Amino acid sequence: MATAKKTKTKKAPKEASIPLLEARDITKAFGSLYANDHVNLSIKPGEIHALLGENGAGKSTLVKMMYGVLQPTSGQMFWNGNHVIIQNPAQARDLGIGMVFQHFSLFEALTVAENISLAMTGERSLADIAGEVVEVSNSYGLPLEPDRAVHSLSVGERQRIEIVRCLLQHPRLLVMDEPTSVLTPQEADKLFVTLERLSGEGVAILYISHRLEEVKRLCSAATILRMGKNVAECDPRKETPASLARMMVGEDIAEIKASSRKSGAVRFSIENLSRKSDDMFGVDLDNVTMSVRAGQILGIAGIAGNGQEELFALISGEQVAPESSVIEIDEKTVTALGINARRQLGVAFVPEERMGHGAVPHLVLSENTLLSTHAIGLHVKSGMIDRGETGRFSSDVVERFDVRVPRPDPVAGNLSGGNLQKFMVGREISLEPGVLIVNQPTWGVDAGAAATIRQAIVDLAEQGSAIVVISQDLDEIFEVCDSVSVISDGRLSPAVSTGDIDYEGIGLLMGGMGASSEKEGTDSHAH
Amino acid sequence: MRIDLEARGRPSVLMIWLSPVIAIVITLFVGGIMFSFMGLEPLNALYVYFVQPLTNAYQLQELVVKATPLILIGVGLSVCFLSNNWNIGAEGQFVMGGIAGSWVALTFHGMEGFWILPLMMIAGALGGLLWALLPAFFKARFNANEILTSLMLTYVALQILDYLVRGPLRDPDGFNFPESKLFSPSATMPLLTDGGRMHLGAVFAVISAIAIAILLWRTIKGFEVKVSGEAPRAARFAGFSEKGMVYFSLLLSGALAGLAGISEVAGPIGQLLPVISPGYGFTAIIVAFLGRLNPIGVIFAGLLLALTYIGGENAQILLQVPGDATGVFQGILLFFILACDTLIKYRVKITGFGGKPVAEGES
Repeated sequence: MATAKKTKTKKAPKEASIPLLEARDITKAFGSLYANDHVNLSIKPGEIHALLGENGAGKSTLVKMMYGVLQPTSGQMFWNGNHVIIQNPAQARDLGIGMVFQHFSLFEALTVAENISLAMTGERSLADIAGEVVEVSNSYGLPLEPDRAVHSLSVGERQRIEIVRCLLQHPRLLVMDEPTSVLTPQEADKLFVTLERLSGEGVAILYISHRLEEVKRLCSAATILRMGKNVAECDPRKETPASLARMMVGEDIAEIKASSRKSGAVRFSIENLSRKSDDMFGVDLDNVTMSVRAGQILGIAGIAGNGQEELFALISGEQVAPESSVIEIDEKTVTALGINARRQLGVAFVPEERMGHGAVPHLVLSENTLLSTHAIGLHVKSGMIDRGETGRFSSDVVERFDVRVPRPDPVAGNLSGGNLQKFMVGREISLEPGVLIVNQPTWGVDAGAAATIRQAIVDLAEQGSAIVVISQDLDEIFEVCDSVSVISDGRLSPAVSTGDIDYEGIGLLMGGMGASSEKEGTDSHAH
Repeated sequence: MRIDLEARGRPSVLMIWLSPVIAIVITLFVGGIMFSFMGLEPLNALYVYFVQPLTNAYQLQELVVKATPLILIGVGLSVCFLSNNWNIGAEGQFVMGGIAGSWVALTFHGMEGFWILPLMMIAGALGGLLWALLPAFFKARFNANEILTSLMLTYVALQILDYLVRGPLRDPDGFNFPESKLFSPSATMPLLTDGGRMHLGAVFAVISAIAIAILLWRTIKGFEVKVSGEAPRAARFAGFSEKGMVYFSLLLSGALAGLAGISEVAGPIGQLLPVISPGYGFTAIIVAFLGRLNPIGVIFAGLLLALTYIGGENAQILLQVPGDATGVFQGILLFFILACDTLIKYRVKITGFGGKPVAEGES
């Protein structure tokens, strides 16, 4: 299968009777768990097809089988009506399937062209590739400079590398996993123009996203999975986001109950926090200042990689803040204190990364509670762990926050992302903290779990806690926060009431406030 | 063609414990082949090596004598390895423990008193601890690789021992032999039986294994050890000090190695010699892994590796097999444990045969 170059058709028949790719009766079992249970999906050439489902519904599993990363337990794949067995990604690429993953696999220290050449098969000179990169990227409105080092690029630009890398292989089917989760609203708009253009050229796009507004706007067909099974096929243009959500979840999503909170005294504040990152590719924080009052929820919006990780490490005290800054909890200066000392003052933290940061995958839930409870004197008596107490505490969290567990007290790694997140948030909220700092509270979490978590955060604020929610998800920010700041390239904008700003306004702040953080040049204001 | 290691979903708990058993079986098999190349009857040689020592009461005691230092060091190393700190220099800490304890013994030579032996034990543990303090400090302060520093310090310790037994600590009435005075009875480990060499150290070994088991399974410190090793970021989240764990694990394993050292010198040896260990500090690395970094598992692993020492001596006498065969056996065993562990966690995937799509016609 030399290459799809020649067979690439500029004008694919719009209503082809033969689907480009058809997955028929695909089943994938992991032990006794059916990640896919007789799933069907068919994509026509030139179609932008949404694949919807909650986390753990089996979307990734299905896509991985299409890309040859996993093999189906049973069922068949058809490519242009021919039965194919896709054994590995190289073979999928040869067929004409390209995939843009949610997490990029790029080498920070290499240039754009070098990164792309690593993914190319066959002998080709770097100059040759660089030329083609410029050509392809410009013609699709994805401008890239081939000689720039990846670490100097924004997340949006990195995603372009992945897309261009696929386009260079002339794919006939492009699979995109949550592509807009790392983009500003403006960047996302530009991506849609590119995708529509590709679709016009006959390239089919399988689009995975949890942003239903976006799906409704972009996609002409949708396959919805729930618990590994097909539950619906529909035309998203004829649906509403709420009806799509209902099909995904199988029930109505609880609306967050707005609360009538009154803000009180300042419970948490940071002044003049600047710190150069220890990591060569990290983000330097520049003069961050914020304050949160009792009963208030402050949102920190921003695209991943703009300093959120660094900020969280300093807020939590995992990393000690420089002396030039002042961090206060309930008017007590804690700048020089570590995370446990801050916990003892009634602050709780939920880090972004679940596996290996907020929880240890190989330890059971009751042991995982100890990560944040041992410091405040719970569950430990003269150095010995009180297993009865940790067990009771964790089963309370499991019950109260509706954590679905395969068996009592499982290892954390056995929980789905959403359930582990509920556990982690639940663990901290159960401590009734005066201040709660959450980084990406519902990242990669299904709609039902996200609603539970957001409600819990709002309820905690109602009891008079001050809360900081760092989130990439603007819907979330508008849903739970009273005010919002945007972090961009290590700088934090002044807080604005969420009633006084819209998506567009936040999007512009995300793009950068000052000239030095303007990464995109002129075309970022293209539309 | 490319050979990849692909992570298996969840390695089965059964296989994790079967791994050492499989490794032992393969080692015996490969050992048999090795013996037949040496012109020996493989089954007979394996019998002499691994079964005969178990048929005789004296040798069973010897088994415990040899297992004692292996277990003492092995449980310490388990804590170290669990916390992701790689102390490879237990041999050096063993030697320094032996030296420090001996110095107490020789200082109070000829005196009697119940306090001499405990003082020696404390000095021995401190000697090992101080020798482990160096790599711990280098790692915590300068981020120096503890594998290299602890290993290199082992050779320094061996040179110090050699110097001392030929110089300051040499027995003046010893006809210039490089050895210290024989320790007085008050400075010698009490024996546990008549007519054997099994000594109090064996009790220390069992107690330390149980103590470390309690530490790991019941205390917050043990929790810290596991979290630090498995998820360093989660350890930071829990407010555990990374440097603190470097010191804790290295100093603990150093102290236990030092205690093993003085127990050996004050026990079966009875005086300071230029060589006081047949590589216990290194063999204990195998013991720790074979015992699954589990203190109770280490007891059994220690007994098994002790068997390779005794079997080796047996085979040397009865079959004229070179003494190095013991080292070869231990090496093969470690190799197969690591291989089994790897293959239980990962599966081998051979990819890249052309990579052409397999089309099966239309259906």
